[in-house]
Amino acid sequence: MLEKGNWKVKTGLAQMLKGGVIMDVVTPEQAKIAEDAGACAVMALERVPADIRASGGVARMADPSIISAIMETVSIPVMAKCRIGHFVEARVLEALGVDFIDESEVLTPADESHHVWKHDFKVPFVCGCRDLGEALRRIAEGAAMIRTKGEAGTGNIVEAVRHMRAVQDGIRRLQALPEEELVAEAKAMGASLELVMEVHNTGKLPVVNFAAGGIATPTDAALMMQLGAEGVFVGSGIFKSSDPAPRAQAIVKATTHYQDPAIIAEVSKGLGIAMPSLDIKQIPTEELLATRGW
Amino acid sequence: MNTRKKIGVLALQGAFTEHIASLQKLGVEAAAIRLPQALESLDGLIIPGGESTTIGRLMLPYGFVKALRILSQDGFPMFGTCAGMILLSKGALDLDVETIGAMDIKVRRNAFGRQVDSFETLLPVPALGEVPFPAVFIRAPVIVETGPGVEILASLPDGAPVAARQGNLLVSAFHPELTSDLRFHAYFLDIVSAYAPNVIASEAKQSELGT
Repeated sequence: MLEKGNWKVKTGLAQMLKGGVIMDVVTPEQAKIAEDAGACAVMALERVPADIRASGGVARMADPSIISAIMETVSIPVMAKCRIGHFVEARVLEALGVDFIDESEVLTPADESHHVWKHDFKVPFVCGCRDLGEALRRIAEGAAMIRTKGEAGTGNIVEAVRHMRAVQDGIRRLQALPEEELVAEAKAMGASLELVMEVHNTGKLPVVNFAAGGIATPTDAALMMQLGAEGVFVGSGIFKSSDPAPRAQAIVKATTHYQDPAIIAEVSKGLGIAMPSLDIKQIPTEELLATRGW
Repeated sequence: MNTRKKIGVLALQGAFTEHIASLQKLGVEAAAIRLPQALESLDGLIIPGGESTTIGRLMLPYGFVKALRILSQDGFPMFGTCAGMILLSKGALDLDVETIGAMDIKVRRNAFGRQVDSFETLLPVPALGEVPFPAVFIRAPVIVETGPGVEILASLPDGAPVAARQGNLLVSAFHPELTSDLRFHAYFLDIVSAYAPNVIASEAKQSELGT
């Protein structure tokens, strides 16, 4: 009896990605550079978030031919993004055989009220969050992995830090509350009591949590790891920099050796120019990506 | 013999905290190992699941491959799960990173296909007793060639070998660390307990390692 696509198997792949760097790529050549640099997975896209932000319009699932070409090029897991609530894009990605689906706020949402019901899929999902309540809502829907949203395509770590601190603060708060206060807290957070109880008892999220959205340097990656991320997503930060391969390798090393400033210093030398960056305060509110989804 | 055993878990990438938790439940000291200097004073090492290309690339710059080859010649116990099995093997077809090569096996990566083909099954493992082992296979490899000193500990119904032992080396294509069944870790600790390093030889090796 082989049981495929169960919760153990879906969350298990996320466990195997821990301590690693997942890199956005738009071509098979970039995917190969990412794999050779030590990425633990790649995210196959048509455009990286910085370009999505710059070009505006509706951002959708990537062309399946790009995703398939990337899957044929690398042996590491390949992820792809579907729009929030777009369960048909998700079914198409599952049929293509991608290893993980990111139901992502970086794409234009297809549904402003409902996310995909992810338990119905054999392929695991990762979803973004800004705080613990949002993380637990996504997990209740079947997300096998969580990432904090940050603000994608900005090269600015400030939102990633804000969201990771919010999640960790939420966990510490639940741990400290007496049991009789957990029901009211679950109501206030908009999360299921069952998951709230689990976090209260274990002191951690029930699934793996990575950081995303704004990581541009090795020190950014190490900062997020020290704040409690179990790994990092790097979107535009690698292939929008002046010299992608050495920067990719350096971010991988800094993620492993995040507690060792001497190694981070060594790998940070001579990486060239980081991606073009944005001050969050200069971005019009309606153009913020992190506020998509609920 | 009342000294507490200390087992390292290679912590470059992957599911190393789960192995540390399993070891701690069995009452041994467990340490996350990120640099080869930390290998000294260990009684054994677990190489966890993760991405074999990632872990392999992170092993090279700090000299892990050389250090572990030297230790394995002395019978140093090592247990590799999934990616760890790949890295202990003599090599895999499409893997272009250097493996430790301590174990006389060859493997095929992603042998069952992509993630949608990952599975959980109850696997008979006679060396662990009659009760089958809950085996979680995630984009798992299989063993495709074994040398004369290799004992197959478990195979899938189609005959594919998925766990093996060679002297003090143990490998599984699946993930005992993702389950609450501690028998595989206990089996490895039995190997560790029986291992009595030659102290003089060890000191010579350590000077060779430059530690």
